[in-house]
Amino acid sequence: MPEKDVLTGEHFIHGDAACAEGGLAAGCRFFAGYPITPATEVAERMARRLPEVGGVYIQMEDEIASMAAILGASWGGLKSMTSTSGPGFSLMMENIGLGMMTETPCVVVNIMRGGPSTGLPTLVGQADVMQARWGSHGDYGCIALSPASPQECFDLTVEAFNLAEIYRQPVFLLGDEVIGHMTEKVVIPPRDQLKIVPRRSPTVPKEEYLPFDTTGDLPAPMAVVGQGYHVHVTGLTHDERGYPVITDEVQERNVRHLVDKIRKNAQKIIKVESVGIEDAEVVVVAYGCTSRVARQAVEDLRESGYRVGLLRLITLWPFPSTLVRELSSRVRAFIVPEINYGQMAYEVERATGRNAEVVLMALMGGAMHTPEEIKETVGEFL
Amino acid sequence: MRQDLRHTNLPKDGLMIVKLRQLKPFDKDAADDLVRQGHGLHPDDRYLKPGRIPHIWCPGCGLGVVLTTFIDALRRKNLPVDKCAVVSGIGCTGRVAGYLDMDTYHTTHGRAIPFATGLALARPDIHVTVFSGDGDLFAIGGNHLIHAARRNVNLKVICVNNFNYGMTGGQVAPTTPMGAKTTTTPLGNAEPGFNLPYLARASGAVYVARWTTFHPRQLAHSIAQTFDKKGFTFIEAIAPCPTGYGRPNKLGAGLDEMRYYREMSEIKNGADPAEAAITLKGKIVVGAFVDVERPDFMQNYTDTILAKAQPKAKTAGEGRAA
Repeated sequence: MPEKDVLTGEHFIHGDAACAEGGLAAGCRFFAGYPITPATEVAERMARRLPEVGGVYIQMEDEIASMAAILGASWGGLKSMTSTSGPGFSLMMENIGLGMMTETPCVVVNIMRGGPSTGLPTLVGQADVMQARWGSHGDYGCIALSPASPQECFDLTVEAFNLAEIYRQPVFLLGDEVIGHMTEKVVIPPRDQLKIVPRRSPTVPKEEYLPFDTTGDLPAPMAVVGQGYHVHVTGLTHDERGYPVITDEVQERNVRHLVDKIRKNAQKIIKVESVGIEDAEVVVVAYGCTSRVARQAVEDLRESGYRVGLLRLITLWPFPSTLVRELSSRVRAFIVPEINYGQMAYEVERATGRNAEVVLMALMGGAMHTPEEIKETVGEFL
Repeated sequence: MRQDLRHTNLPKDGLMIVKLRQLKPFDKDAADDLVRQGHGLHPDDRYLKPGRIPHIWCPGCGLGVVLTTFIDALRRKNLPVDKCAVVSGIGCTGRVAGYLDMDTYHTTHGRAIPFATGLALARPDIHVTVFSGDGDLFAIGGNHLIHAARRNVNLKVICVNNFNYGMTGGQVAPTTPMGAKTTTTPLGNAEPGFNLPYLARASGAVYVARWTTFHPRQLAHSIAQTFDKKGFTFIEAIAPCPTGYGRPNKLGAGLDEMRYYREMSEIKNGADPAEAAITLKGKIVVGAFVDVERPDFMQNYTDTILAKAQPKAKTAGEGRAA
């Protein structure tokens, strides 16, 4: 029933539900997951909505199986996704690595809560940012998007599916508990106004097809099951045909391709929103729920005539290193409020070099910063 | 100096200079030439991926026999390979997928079944076979196996049981019989092994059989039978591992293990899997034990969930069309 997949109109829903609707609108027809606070509502929405559009919803025995199942479904030709939070994200890392190595498009929603371990099941955290980047062993490129509102949960889930198809890999939507459980107006546009990237299938004959071609900046089209291409898909180091070859030479090509397809296209993928960074002496770098308080602080200060800017990260990965480096030559300080003990702040520091001061405003989880705290910290550098 | 660095693929978003070795590009023509040299000579080659043989298995290993019986079953059923897919986990048996000329998926350790679950639910028209070892399916992947059997996902599981972890050099497995020696039970195994058919049956499998590599015809027949079944089927194929399991337990070479299977196997079709436990150097009960009918996951999902979710949608669609 395709008419039910895009619920065009205005809705008053929470971020988790908006993630599910974004997935459906992007063409997701397979969801495998496991209940976990605060991401359960994504699965609940999918359990009700996917059957309406003829899709498959399955609750697996754990998050390891959920991640494996969405990879399998992706090779079965369906756009697929899962949702989880920190503890489940940890379990998914194994098959996220398989998804990276086998260049399998899919979307993983992580609604972050406080960690480590079971941590704060019901309360906010932003401490899975580095895990998203480096969590599975080995080298690979990473795309992670960070919504700051239920509307963006919808928009960025659609975007995550598009990026997954373009770059043929798992893409992360790194939400947080506050955004996931926040209810706001979400506008779902008419179908023809949505930009949806379809699955690309090979058009060349079987003999010419290289399913894991490394020559271009983008991956090859993907031949899914039953198309007659007889692809071998393996987590082992493989050549362009997909055949396992355990040599340093093939490893160079294989891994470089996995990293470079993101590195070389980083400027196309990176998305930020900025307020007043053109004249700013101090820039607040924030993402997710934290960016909402940061925006309040920056707007208040600008109204009072201070030259303060906001750099909101919409893509956490790839990180806008070049932009931060450029800013650092004319900015006195970067203030980085985040709900962890320093993750993106290190990235800001790395990009800044010694050009500017970097201040980490750390909260361990369970609470948000206040605009006043941020204003106070910014004030120390004005 | 600067000039040279331009040839090193400077990352466009990076801040540091990255030096890389010169890449040797993939030579497709050379790879194709290698394939052309040997492929097509053997009658089974139409089922084998071009250029993938010779395989990596040890002399005397039973995996070649199991692979051949699988091909035999495909031939008996005259199944088009484009309608088949094989998913495997990690280990010696995990390598089976890579040799078959069809869509094949070599996944992570223990996760062949959940991966195959996604594949089979996305494409219910494809015959999805899971080929993996006893360690992969019953230790690290044990939870996935029992849940897929409970759901009755339409998967054909072939478990090649060699009683040890062969790929890593012969460590104890969840199937290693009590008392057996392995590199990690040098003084003998203090744990009993799983009775695989019993576990599969108890978990909900609709077809359960066990054969050894001494029974290739029966094994091929059983595999062929599973292609007519909807739901979760389970076949245990007991296979010699002279390198990993035979040597420490003084079972001799691969051929000696085959002799042991001939002497110690007892064919009992329809036997209660509970009576099919395996002991070190004891009798091996083989046969087709279970063959029952029960709706598979997709049928239940279609008949209940989709049927309930879609009538409204259908009405809406018809209304619009009118």
